[in-house]
Amino acid sequence: MILSTRAAANNTTYSPELAINAKSLCRNFGQLAAISNLDLTVEKQTIYGFLGPNGSGKTTAIRLLTGLLKPTSGQINVLGCHLPQEANKLRLQIGYMTQKFSLYDDLTVKENLQFISKIYGLTANEQKSRLSELLSTHQLTQQSQQLAGSMSGGQKQRLALAAAVIHKPKLLFLDEPTSAVDPQNRREFWEQLFDLCDQGTTILVSTHYMDEAERCHKLAILENGVKRADDTPQALMNNMSAQVVEIAANDLRYIKDKLIQLPQVISAAQLGTHLRVLVNKAERNPVGLLQRQSCIKPTDQLAIVRPSLEDVFVSCTGQGGAR
Amino acid sequence: MKTSLLRIQAIVTKELLQLSRDRMTFAMVIMIPFVQLLLFAFAINTNVRNIPVGVVDHSQTSLSRILQQTVSATGIITFTHSYHSVKAAQKAIDSNEVRAVLIIPQDVSQRLVRHPSVGFGLPPSSKQETSRPIAQWLVDGSDTVIAGSIKSLRNMPLAELLDKPANRNTPTFEVTLLYNPEQRSVVNIVPGLVAVILTMTMIMFTSAAIVREQERGNMEMLITTPLAPIELMIGKIFPYIFIGAIQVTIILGLGYWLFNVPFNGGLTQLAIATLLFICASLVLGLVISTIAKNQLQSMQMTIFILLPSILLSGFMFPYEGMPLPAQYIAEALPATHFIRLIRGVVLRDVDVIEMNFDMFWLIGFTCFGLLVAALRFKKTLD
Repeated sequence: MILSTRAAANNTTYSPELAINAKSLCRNFGQLAAISNLDLTVEKQTIYGFLGPNGSGKTTAIRLLTGLLKPTSGQINVLGCHLPQEANKLRLQIGYMTQKFSLYDDLTVKENLQFISKIYGLTANEQKSRLSELLSTHQLTQQSQQLAGSMSGGQKQRLALAAAVIHKPKLLFLDEPTSAVDPQNRREFWEQLFDLCDQGTTILVSTHYMDEAERCHKLAILENGVKRADDTPQALMNNMSAQVVEIAANDLRYIKDKLIQLPQVISAAQLGTHLRVLVNKAERNPVGLLQRQSCIKPTDQLAIVRPSLEDVFVSCTGQGGAR
Repeated sequence: MKTSLLRIQAIVTKELLQLSRDRMTFAMVIMIPFVQLLLFAFAINTNVRNIPVGVVDHSQTSLSRILQQTVSATGIITFTHSYHSVKAAQKAIDSNEVRAVLIIPQDVSQRLVRHPSVGFGLPPSSKQETSRPIAQWLVDGSDTVIAGSIKSLRNMPLAELLDKPANRNTPTFEVTLLYNPEQRSVVNIVPGLVAVILTMTMIMFTSAAIVREQERGNMEMLITTPLAPIELMIGKIFPYIFIGAIQVTIILGLGYWLFNVPFNGGLTQLAIATLLFICASLVLGLVISTIAKNQLQSMQMTIFILLPSILLSGFMFPYEGMPLPAQYIAEALPATHFIRLIRGVVLRDVDVIEMNFDMFWLIGFTCFGLLVAALRFKKTLD
């Protein structure tokens, strides 16, 4: 499996195991390079995540992969279609849920879904059964006659997902789908994504939430249009270029200000009563290094802990990535 | 093909649903033709009446007063002020108190008897040489319509001033006025108003229709679907054809019932002409929508088209009186061709096919515009 993925990464010819295969993808907006040299392989029936801060190129990458934008250079193959040439052929096979709610506020839930189903050419019978199925799956049966504009963020998001999967796409793009919903709705939303994935859909989701990224089968960390890392969340945490030391002490703000000046320290962030310090992996004894600092008292407790995805994110983006 | 029709039908249904919920727009569809018809039909009048004028009467005789009454009786002017000197009268014109002043000289009675038009036969040659106009008009000539009206008084008959029968001169030409013998402006205005109102509403609605989808973010979703640009375009303009038909019915109906505008042509001919123009206007709106980035820009471009459609199309001023470059611009506007067609159909009972140049021009414009709009509409966000 790994071998075939690698082989596919070297050229963008269609590989049956891959839903997306992009190579050396670049997209410039004037002087700004929104995406630089992005290589991407997404296996079928997986949930692949784009993790990155705002402006990191997540939306641009998704728009390139859906054929909405043309690349400045590079090759893209999505579900066997070469983009941007075969964008029209691809459209029946993909679903796209935009970052901003893009259905009609002045139509009801049912009218919105009927509209989309007709656009995808569903017959009257197919439409009827698919709509009732989607309304019940996405818990929208009660709201079916409600105007979309008057619904809550969570309900709108469920409607947008229902519309995006109405034609049973093989590949689903979700651009920051849960940015406007509460944790409970987010949890239920992800359960539905795994159901879809289980039924054979490949999903590419962009997010800036760590907990959401951790749910993905595989993950790419983007910053300023560059892919900083990509792997499974577990592998990313295991192979992180830093070690995490947690400090329990009294004067954490003062300690943080001092430690951050050390060249070996990538970042330091307070989490409640603890300070989480990322130390370069080259440092053999990170606890010893920190204990030697004058700001640390002998009574303070220091321990190496398991890295989180946020640590991975910090270590390979921003200041951490630069060091 | 079947799925294509299904997609067009989906867009049409969606547009109608949205329109039925947008009460303001729906009200405008009815109110624009209603209000504008009443407004324009009453307001636009090239037969100027009751122009406020002053008088400087140096004579102060009963004859000068009869002269004033005779001029006043034409209905063209109304004497509202009297001034003691020409200087004061000129000041009054400067300050827009009156639009003109009649200056009656002291020797008005002598001038009158020597005047050839009074009809005492030819005056002796000595008197003929000395015959002069009996009074003078000072006119604010900046408004050509007002100036023209007062100039028409230049040769008004004066015989009745002296209880003489009016001169019955044989005119050089006999003039027979067809289609509008009473010379009522409204007969010409109402059919033209159909063109102006349709230009305004049809272009405005469609130009905003696609731009709105972009502004609200719906377009990003739509262009990832299999919907083809031409399907979107046709689906978008289809509902407005009915709206245009409703507006034409309101304008011509009210014109007929309220202003007695004759309706001489056949309904089928009217329907053909109107349909052609509605399609041309809608397509023009679509082209604008592919250029404009937001609804404000689309509105500005609509006005850019609307103004020449009012001023150059022949709606207000005769096309023939315009200089050649203006005529070329007028020819490019769908409104010009439609005004010719609808005046032909409504007032002169002409078949559209007899005016085939205008008809084919509108058909050509629609096809070309639809092609441009579909080509310009991008299925990418580039």
